[in-house]
Amino acid sequence: MSGVFSPTRAKIKERTLRTDKWWVEPLLTFSVLISFVIYATFRAFENKYYFDKESHLISPFYSPCLSDSCDPGATLANFTPVSSQVFNFALSPALIILIFPLGFRMTCYYYRKSYYRSFWMSPPACAVAEPHKTYTGETRFPLIIQNAHRYFFYAGLVFNVILTYDAIISYRNAAGEWGHVSVGSLVLTLSAATLWLYSMSCHTCRHTIGGRLKNFSKHPVRYKLWSWVSVLNHSHQRYAWFSLAAVAFADIYVRQVSSGAWTNFYFF
Amino acid sequence: MARNIKLRIWRGDSTDGGLKDVVVEANEGEVVLDVIHRVQATQMGDLAVRWNCKAGKCGSCSMEINGKPRLACMTQVASFGEEETITVTPLRAFPIIKDLVTNVSFNYRKAMEVPAYEHPKNLAPGEARMEQIDVERSQEFRKCIECFLCQDVCHVVRDHEENKKSFAGPRFFIRIAELDMHPLDTLKNRKKAAQEEHGLGMCNITKCCTEVCPEHIKITDNAIIPMKERVADIKYDPVRWLGSKIRKREGL
Ligand code: SF4
Ligand code: SF4
Ligand code: FES
Ligand code: FES
Repeated sequence: MSGVFSPTRAKIKERTLRTDKWWVEPLLTFSVLISFVIYATFRAFENKYYFDKESHLISPFYSPCLSDSCDPGATLANFTPVSSQVFNFALSPALIILIFPLGFRMTCYYYRKSYYRSFWMSPPACAVAEPHKTYTGETRFPLIIQNAHRYFFYAGLVFNVILTYDAIISYRNAAGEWGHVSVGSLVLTLSAATLWLYSMSCHTCRHTIGGRLKNFSKHPVRYKLWSWVSVLNHSHQRYAWFSLAAVAFADIYVRQVSSGAWTNFYFF
Repeated sequence: MARNIKLRIWRGDSTDGGLKDVVVEANEGEVVLDVIHRVQATQMGDLAVRWNCKAGKCGSCSMEINGKPRLACMTQVASFGEEETITVTPLRAFPIIKDLVTNVSFNYRKAMEVPAYEHPKNLAPGEARMEQIDVERSQEFRKCIECFLCQDVCHVVRDHEENKKSFAGPRFFIRIAELDMHPLDTLKNRKKAAQEEHGLGMCNITKCCTEVCPEHIKITDNAIIPMKERVADIKYDPVRWLGSKIRKREGL
């Protein structure tokens, strides 16, 4: 008998005496995250409908498109170092790159909180006894890898630049002329913008930009930047969900347009 | 206007105990500690309860109210439904002494394990000068009233008695962060010690400490996560590690 049932503690048989609906939040988080994971897995393996030539839309799940099976319009200046055939197996270009955004979110301080609670129930909610017998936190493999969050953060910045570029090149019409705005260009812009907010509000960003200093007074510029990032950091959780939803929606939108199910409406 | 409310109070000691139902009068504007005192005065003369300031500033009246770690003197009776039974138990992470009183000495032992501030050798005590922007981060942590609600709710020790020896707990992570961010403190290796001796890596940032803190200290965002990043600088980041070897300093 351990934890709240240890012999020295007050003898109370309930795991928790909370009377509110503490299980709603983890259940909701679990449902949303698992739906995203299932959809993203399906899309990563689908290996089609990720690029629309007419409106220059590329799905964020497939960008940068690094495989030699990619449509030239979907690549970054025809840079396709990866073969699409691995042991006679068609390798989806998404699988080459998804590890980075996935790693970024898996090691994010906010998502860690949310999946430790909702998937691992460690703890399911505050003051609700967890079901595990032993616990070592993030001190051992594999969870010690969470300490590498900063490297995923840097990789995330590279992706943000690429996805911003993708959004910019979508402001063209079918003839390739600039200055045209479609629903698709707005969708890609929203996904890139929320990703920037997500990265800029990241705890590692806050630390790197100034949090690691001992004396702010000796670094006035970094102090200013740190103050701004701290404001964004307050809403990191919100940006985490916004950007997840925006990226998923951008992918759905590109999929529907490139498969012909939806037409991409041009405002002008 | 006075009305009768239903309470369920845990009574007992280290050998046994259980929840006892009582009905007690409550006046408008009263807090849970008020009605516990009325129970003590009218029905249970030997009910043990710890309190002191009745103003949310001494941190003595920590207990669990409807399963949540809270200060009894800051919990309004009116915040519960008219028909609701209010369940009051002692803190469930610490050894029970009697009724609502637990033995919180675990926390004092942990406090002693954190080395104190070390003043620069070349500065006489009155000569220290610090700028406001250098100390404001630490000032948030100085608001702590040592109620130990965060220590009580933290699942690392609440749910795993065996972790108590190797885990300092959120209250002491803010203390360590305060000193590590202190512009004048000269003690070396606080980051290393945070990870290797005080169990910072055991925390999985699930934020319950922040949720219960009556002083609204952002324990996780402003102390634990920044400390985890500082630890990563010296222990898990080869690039930074190399940089610190070349420039011969630990962090900044
Ligand atoms: S965030 Fe860390 S220290 Fe705070 S309660 Fe959770 S595990 Fe404990
Ligand atoms: S940090 Fe907050 S919850 Fe923890 S002991 Fe201090 S005041 Fe209490
Ligand atoms: S903390 Fe969430 S992305 Fe870095
Ligand atoms: S009696 Fe002092 S905090 Fe409640």
